Amino acid sequence: MAKKKTLKNDDIDEKKRLELYNSQYLIRFAEQRAYDLFLENLVKGTSHLSLGQEAIAAGFATAMQKNDKSFCTYRGHAHTLARGASVVGVLGELMQRDCGLMRGKGGSMHLTDTSKGVMGSYAIIGAHLPMAVGSAWRAQYMGHDDVATVFFGDGTTNIGAFHEALNYAVVYKLPVIFVCENNNYMEYTPIESITAVKNPAADRASAYGLDSIIIDGNDADEVYRTAQMAYSKARSGDGPSLIECKTYRQSGHSRADPGAYRPNGELDHWKKNNDPITRYRSRLIEFGVKQKTIDGIEASVKKVVDEATEEAKNSPVPPEEILTTNVYANGGWAWRN
Amino acid sequence: MAQLTYREAVAAGIAQEMERDETVAFIGEDVARAGGVFKATVGLFDKFGPKRVIDTPISEQAILGAAMGAAMTGMRPIAEIMFSDFLAVCWDFVANEMSKSRYMSDGQLKCPLVVRTGNGGGSRFGAQHSQSIENWAMAIPGIKVVAPSTPADVKGLLAASVRDEDPVIFFEHKSLYAIKGEVPEGEYVDTLGTAKVVRPGKDATIVALALMVPRAVQAADKLMTDHGIDVEVVDIRTLVPLDMKTISNSVVKTGRLFTVEENPRLCGWGAEIVSIVVDELFWDLDGPAVRITTPHIPLPAADNLEDITIPSVDRIYSKILEVLR
Repeated sequence: MAKKKTLKNDDIDEKKRLELYNSQYLIRFAEQRAYDLFLENLVKGTSHLSLGQEAIAAGFATAMQKNDKSFCTYRGHAHTLARGASVVGVLGELMQRDCGLMRGKGGSMHLTDTSKGVMGSYAIIGAHLPMAVGSAWRAQYMGHDDVATVFFGDGTTNIGAFHEALNYAVVYKLPVIFVCENNNYMEYTPIESITAVKNPAADRASAYGLDSIIIDGNDADEVYRTAQMAYSKARSGDGPSLIECKTYRQSGHSRADPGAYRPNGELDHWKKNNDPITRYRSRLIEFGVKQKTIDGIEASVKKVVDEATEEAKNSPVPPEEILTTNVYANGGWAWRN
Repeated sequence: MAQLTYREAVAAGIAQEMERDETVAFIGEDVARAGGVFKATVGLFDKFGPKRVIDTPISEQAILGAAMGAAMTGMRPIAEIMFSDFLAVCWDFVANEMSKSRYMSDGQLKCPLVVRTGNGGGSRFGAQHSQSIENWAMAIPGIKVVAPSTPADVKGLLAASVRDEDPVIFFEHKSLYAIKGEVPEGEYVDTLGTAKVVRPGKDATIVALALMVPRAVQAADKLMTDHGIDVEVVDIRTLVPLDMKTISNSVVKTGRLFTVEENPRLCGWGAEIVSIVVDELFWDLDGPAVRITTPHIPLPAADNLEDITIPSVDRIYSKILEVLR
């Protein structure tokens, strides 16, 4: 215990740390499972993994209140899992089974679990930023204390909706957090080769009167701390924050991408020296967490994911009668009498 | 009954719903302090204040996105897109987002909002401020599409749209804002998905929408006076849900169908109606079903050119006469 007090990172208690590790490890293990299932041709369509970016999802979700709202991109498995969505529901949706969160009607890119505050994952770049702004407007309008968090990639900073949403959020001082996960690549293209500024989100902040915030997105503690500050600011009525998290995507953009555009050695360098899970595991040890405790977390995550995988594999495909349900609010699809 | 203009009916409809329901708020460019560029929302800001009637930046994506995010989480926003042409810059929210979120989430997400927009020609504004784009909206599953032709319908259908659980694109016709008509006083709510026979007749059916409705009625009156041809005019009022029963009943009765459409010809809403009628009522038809539309060109600005582009009373009259003779 004495050792702990000498470390500069001791503002986060052990319980919270274990929570952060559990969340990151769950995302890592579930994403790897999603990849394996894809190789088995059990995950259909496309999927965009967050391998290497787990600390961002874990750090923010751990800092959130239950009633906070998350808005995700098509790279949204991590954020959905981090809010506590069922692993069966997520894997089942990736496998397009009846047990999926949306019974196979949305697929990997549209994970939604409103019961956990996950207000959807959107696959048209930028669209969900204004939506998060709208959720924040509702919170302000109705006097609710929830905050909207919107996660997006570096590529999103070059689309109009990003700029419209930031301006709008600042003008009305809305409780929304914009989280840019800068993983260095806009799909297959290095982000710096197609962006006017070095830091695609943070360097634009001043245009909207916001602080330029850049953090190490592979350090869950730093993410968690920054998130806490942003939530506290938003809940005090002091408006939005824009946070750029530096990270690295260890997988391809989507399942179709082997990542051939990466310079030699880059991926290995990140995996070896700056992997969020490895780093956090070392930190836990450094803070005196017993190896047995870490092993226990990992074993229980594996068990959950293994069981979820089996359950999803055994789940039937969605029944054809749901094809035309929930087009309109009356539950059906009728457009004429 | 009160005599209101079409634009006054807009404000009356919004006010009625805002008074009734605290979760209804209204956003758009110049809609609050200025009362709207078409003066259709005059008085709302004074009545409901800056919290509920909000001037926004020129950020159409932010406007529709904000309305959507608010609707998903418990409000019933009304958003104005000043000219319907501008919907093209935020069409993602119409075509991909508000229309699909309920389905993609298998019913977890809701989206009760209204997008009001000034649609249609006649103002000499040229190709980017004059279009009738109701057929764009009709092509998207998951939204409802409304386009009233009278002040009473504006108030009643706008109220119904606000109360509807689905996203509604509400097309107001710019060239109708000044018309006057009887509007029920007090709380008035109409029903989406109901067409109306606005002029009964027995010889032919015209199906029309928005500005084309009064023009169709005038043409029908003239056909009666000049030639004793008795034309029934059906005002569709809402394209989605589509009241085919009313249209079909009329076609069965008259045996002839004309559509009068302001949207450009290709894939205009009339094409869908004609195809349904041909599929289902072919043997009830006594002759070809004929579409009278704006030709497939961008809208010109010059008044003489615009007048020969959009279906006019004379064009409707002449075409029907030519076909029926």
